[in-house]
Amino acid sequence: MPTYVRTEKCDGCKGQDKTACMYICPHDLMKLDKDGADTGHAMKAYNQEPEQCWECYSCVKICPQGAIEARHYADIVPLGGQVQPLRGSDSIMWTIKFRNGTIKRFKFPIRTTPEGSIDPYGGKPLPKMADLSAPGVFTKDVMGGYRAGKPEELIRK
Amino acid sequence: MAGTFEKPEIVTEELDILLIGGGMACCGTAYEIMRWAEAVKGETGKELKIKLVDKAAMDRSGAVAQGLSAINTYIGSEQDPADYARMVSNDLMGITRDDLAYDLGRNVDDSVHLFEEWGLPIWKTDADGVRHDGAEAIREGLPTLKDGGKPVRSGKWQIMINGESYKWIVAEAAKKALGLDRIQERVFIVKLVNDKNDPSRIAGAVGFSVRENKIFVYKAKAVMLAAGGCVNLFRPRSVGEGTGRAWYPVWNAGSTYAMAAEAGAELTMMENRFVPARFKDGYGPVGAWFLLFKAKATNAYGEDYMVKNKEMLNDYPPYGQAAVPASCLRNHLMLKEMKEGRGPIYMDTVTALAKLAETLTPKEVKHLEAEAWEDFLDMCVGQCGIWVGENVDPREKNSELMPTEPYLLGSHSGCCGIWVSGPTDVGAPTTEEYDVPAHLPKGWNWGYRSMTTVKGLFTAGDGVGASGHKFSSGSHTEGRLASKAMVQYALDNKDWTPELDTSVEQLAEEIYKPVRTYLEHKDYTTAIDVNPNYITPKMLQFRLQKIMDEYVAGVATYYNTNDKMLAVAEEKLEMLKEDAAKMRAKDLHELLRAWENYHRILTAEAHMKHIQFREESRYPGFYYRTDKNFVDETNWHCFVNSIYDKNTKKWTCFKRKHVDLVDKSKLFKAAAPH
Repeated sequence: MPTYVRTEKCDGCKGQDKTACMYICPHDLMKLDKDGADTGHAMKAYNQEPEQCWECYSCVKICPQGAIEARHYADIVPLGGQVQPLRGSDSIMWTIKFRNGTIKRFKFPIRTTPEGSIDPYGGKPLPKMADLSAPGVFTKDVMGGYRAGKPEELIRK
Repeated sequence: MAGTFEKPEIVTEELDILLIGGGMACCGTAYEIMRWAEAVKGETGKELKIKLVDKAAMDRSGAVAQGLSAINTYIGSEQDPADYARMVSNDLMGITRDDLAYDLGRNVDDSVHLFEEWGLPIWKTDADGVRHDGAEAIREGLPTLKDGGKPVRSGKWQIMINGESYKWIVAEAAKKALGLDRIQERVFIVKLVNDKNDPSRIAGAVGFSVRENKIFVYKAKAVMLAAGGCVNLFRPRSVGEGTGRAWYPVWNAGSTYAMAAEAGAELTMMENRFVPARFKDGYGPVGAWFLLFKAKATNAYGEDYMVKNKEMLNDYPPYGQAAVPASCLRNHLMLKEMKEGRGPIYMDTVTALAKLAETLTPKEVKHLEAEAWEDFLDMCVGQCGIWVGENVDPREKNSELMPTEPYLLGSHSGCCGIWVSGPTDVGAPTTEEYDVPAHLPKGWNWGYRSMTTVKGLFTAGDGVGASGHKFSSGSHTEGRLASKAMVQYALDNKDWTPELDTSVEQLAEEIYKPVRTYLEHKDYTTAIDVNPNYITPKMLQFRLQKIMDEYVAGVATYYNTNDKMLAVAEEKLEMLKEDAAKMRAKDLHELLRAWENYHRILTAEAHMKHIQFREESRYPGFYYRTDKNFVDETNWHCFVNSIYDKNTKKWTCFKRKHVDLVDKSKLFKAAAPH
């Protein structure tokens, strides 16, 4: 389902030189039409290559105006369904509308810590250069994830 | 805008270590390498210059961009890394590097424990056997995995997560480790550059900004190349808007394999491919349906083809006798039903959910329904799109399954990639019994973990061949395992200065050639896309996909090819490669596509050459050479590796001896009478 941008909702991220959707799209699909030459809608974003859209919803989830939605692939899917998320800081809410009008709502956690709170090396050891040639990663002794394995399993050693 | 190019500005930077890519593997590299760099700075005062370059934005780049509903590689305290190495070998028909799989197996849980600490919600099972999502588990006071918490296993190796923000979280840690000054997003690296004085050594990489007229030239002592696998080199089953709905991310363009090959790195097992059997058209995941909800796949008449066709497994000893048949063999049994006209194939969701509901309370049933939807919503929203458009309620209507178009990758159920130096402490061979080109190393390790056969060039994730089943967590771990060796390499070469074997001006000219071609010829015709002097990247991609689909065992021939078809493909691909020099780019976006498709062509050519060289059908269900339609353990229980000469543009394929480092006989039941 290529994503599309609602004309009335998109504000072109208020005239900055790149929009949130341009920033995030992993496949460089979203484009700000600055002068309206491509679409007739100046200072609004659009999906410039819908047949390359993976439907990853990155643009849908990040748009500050909620201006981006998806219309299911026209060459595959009957019209009328809609899958729309609202991504918050710790959970995501999905509203799912079927072609026959049935609506379902789901809420799932997405994160158990505040965004931006990761302290990557907090409480982690500072390794010594002498250990560069030793096997394993620098958190081997503190994260409890190292699986030493039974020596007899290595039949050529 | 078309036709408004200015002369590109050239930005040159001299580094110790360059990371190409921003997915799980490079995030792992970034996290680990910065800590070792800090150690180096603390002890010697030397600050290593490090930079990560991503063609997208790290928050949502790579194969985990959309999220995931499970972590597929978590060993746990109850299993041995040797069990993991055995499973990897079995699923990939016996030809994998145990040293790489084993090393990954003993380290991967460390990364998973970090992910949980950083905020990734991981489902837990409580003392009563009830499962809780990752947030609820915390509210219930259940311990983390690190502290002995029990994950929800959806399979022997898989654990369930609430993974919508998986990549966002892992990227946050990597970005903080690096600091924003060491990150360059929206620059697409298209070419590695060898050293002027030593062609077997890497000296840097070049690329361009997809946002402004700038070319970036990085000189570096060590380079991590981890830019994913290859998608859309075969004609996909959907060719309209649905082209983008590939199973693996459509932005994986084979850049890892193509750039490594051009730099002279030895590739391995490029004949391997993955053809996942997934929910039709949306390619939604089936793992939770099979493993968590215990659903069965059937033909159109309700017959379980894994039971009905189980005798077919006896054609492939010993692999057919494994307790869990390899992914390709499961496809093989499914394809028989399709070819003989008993399709469509279905996932029997109705029976599975009804059976589960028998023993559950209404509240638990509601929870189960949410879990089923979350499985898609976390990682493949498109599948939900199909279900809502077609009014599919999995309790009432079964969904079709379909084997997809082929993908090339080294991190999922596939093992193509680059030949790398492995760990030295697990009994890996140090000699080579077969004849390999003289300049290549003989054993399975040559000094620096994860280094390719090109000095200073490292890889991880989809880049590391002959292993597989590393998935998200394992790719992160592989990046980490490479980091120490990269730091060591940079230190060992501290007095050496890389010199590019090609002038910056020439490199810039090559990168922008599609732009020049466009500007030179665009006014020759009145229609921008039809011009005898150039080909659009899109049409070139269609041509590649048509060749691969029709001659190199795509869906058009039910994954069949033979020596004659491969010979036709060989000739057509050579002409396509020549015509790639005539691609046009009307804007930076199209320049991105042009280079992606160039990488796809080289990857496709490697795939074709390897299938041609391996005179057997090692992966029945993924591809068949109908002229050699058998698994030949006597002659082909070996690696097929290759090197590419960027000057003559020719491939050389050769064998390397396969050796088991762990006992594989534990996998197999006694051989059935044939």
